Amino acid sequence: MKSTLDSKNLPILLPVLAFSLVLMIWELMVRVGCWSTDVFPEPLRVIISMGELISDGTLFKHVISSLFRVTIGFYLAIALGIPLGMLLGRREIVKHLFNPVIQFLRPISPLAWIPLSMLWFGIGDKPAVFLIFLSSFFPLVVSTTAAVISINPVFFQVAANFNFNRLEVITKIIIPAILPSIFTALRISLGIAWLVVVAAEMIAVKSGLGYLILDSRNALRMDYVIDGMIVIGAIGLFIDFFMKRLGRIDSVFWASATR
Amino acid sequence: MGHIVIENLRKEYSNRRHFSRSPGSNPAEYREIIRVLDDINLEFEDGEMVSILGPSGCGKSTLLRIIAGFDKATSGSIRIDQKEVKGPSPNHIFVFQHSALLPWMTVRQNVGLGLRNIEDKARMEEKIKEYIEMVELGGFEHHYPYQLSGGMQRRAELARAIAANPDVLFMDEPFTGLDFLTHMRSREETVNVHEYIGKTILFVTHDIDDALIMGDRIVVLGGKPSRVKMERTLHFPRPRDFEKYPELGKLRSEVFLMLGVPYAV
Repeated sequence: MKSTLDSKNLPILLPVLAFSLVLMIWELMVRVGCWSTDVFPEPLRVIISMGELISDGTLFKHVISSLFRVTIGFYLAIALGIPLGMLLGRREIVKHLFNPVIQFLRPISPLAWIPLSMLWFGIGDKPAVFLIFLSSFFPLVVSTTAAVISINPVFFQVAANFNFNRLEVITKIIIPAILPSIFTALRISLGIAWLVVVAAEMIAVKSGLGYLILDSRNALRMDYVIDGMIVIGAIGLFIDFFMKRLGRIDSVFWASATR
Repeated sequence: MGHIVIENLRKEYSNRRHFSRSPGSNPAEYREIIRVLDDINLEFEDGEMVSILGPSGCGKSTLLRIIAGFDKATSGSIRIDQKEVKGPSPNHIFVFQHSALLPWMTVRQNVGLGLRNIEDKARMEEKIKEYIEMVELGGFEHHYPYQLSGGMQRRAELARAIAANPDVLFMDEPFTGLDFLTHMRSREETVNVHEYIGKTILFVTHDIDDALIMGDRIVVLGGKPSRVKMERTLHFPRPRDFEKYPELGKLRSEVFLMLGVPYAV
């Protein structure tokens, strides 16, 4: 008894306890509640239909489509957002020029762009990718700018002292200095992108986890709807765990160690 | 190489107040000119170790930053080896008050900054190793700055500075924040490194003992605006000791008095 309860096992034990509690409340609500099990299926039924979805390959197909869209949109946002953020952080005049526009566009939910993106890009992957791009682009620009501005000016003086050229200033000072905050920003914006992909897939495509949920609703299969939700949550959890792990590599770790 | 001439140097800051002191006052008075340094004329010989001493806020760090090219003088000229100082250069390396090692680079990578233009990589590695061993950091090549103690960080920075083979080395309060013993050891190491490389070293300090024990010459700044209040060449052989050289002890009391402390405690 003592060995299972020592502090080493607690980080695994406690979450398992919490998940079991949620399952129990769910089961209880189904039994006590006045909904029919077609509207609110019990855990066992959801698990059985999860097995169906896995064995006939549909779940795998939808997961791949969703991950594909997030990957493309997210890489686009990184490729454009981080360089723009670095420019904004280093060049006062560029910041004054573009920052108001960015701050204006930023609070507009990517979902508000759905009508326009469908008209511009038609049906298929493109509008969904565009929405994911929008959802992560602005947070990445803003946090990159902030990270660049907060670099200790002494490091730029060291660069000047050792006669760094412009490329060296970027690769040896700016990028390594902002890497720790960029990792946090990537983690957060990837979370947002994962939120948005589901919404984007409810409108313009015929695959992906969002589509699975919408399609199952139309077929009144709430068990499949809940399956979709569970998979989305599980993948989100995995992505966050993975991004946290990346933050422990040496070139990023110096920041958490010096703080 | 490393001969420095400073002529009629003056430094002013304009301080902009956001609110006028009294309502209805002249807007021109919003701007306040603060003169920090005035009428500074100094000449440093090649290979000299000069301590610049002064009370806090007297502008001694500003003076050092101007000579190093990180700051601009309001008027006057600074020439290093007959060349007007226009900006920072690898020929005169600045050792900052707080550790300015790049925290994302290992000791080896930091020391290599001044050697990165060497074509022959094997030779570069050899040089890096040589400088790391000179400051007794052998075995710590692959450590990051946060894994080193305060004293080791200063030593790594010193190695990085001299690896660039500069004509002049600037040190801004290089021993701040070190514990007493590390401070004493760093003082000795700096003197040894100076003897070994023979370059001009200008170092700013508020520690009178550091200035007198280490410097070939001391320059005392003071007043408002600060001017050179005393300039003295120290011919005492090293290692120096206030009891061994009573003259040095007398000078110490003199400097204490000049900086506003009536007696050396």
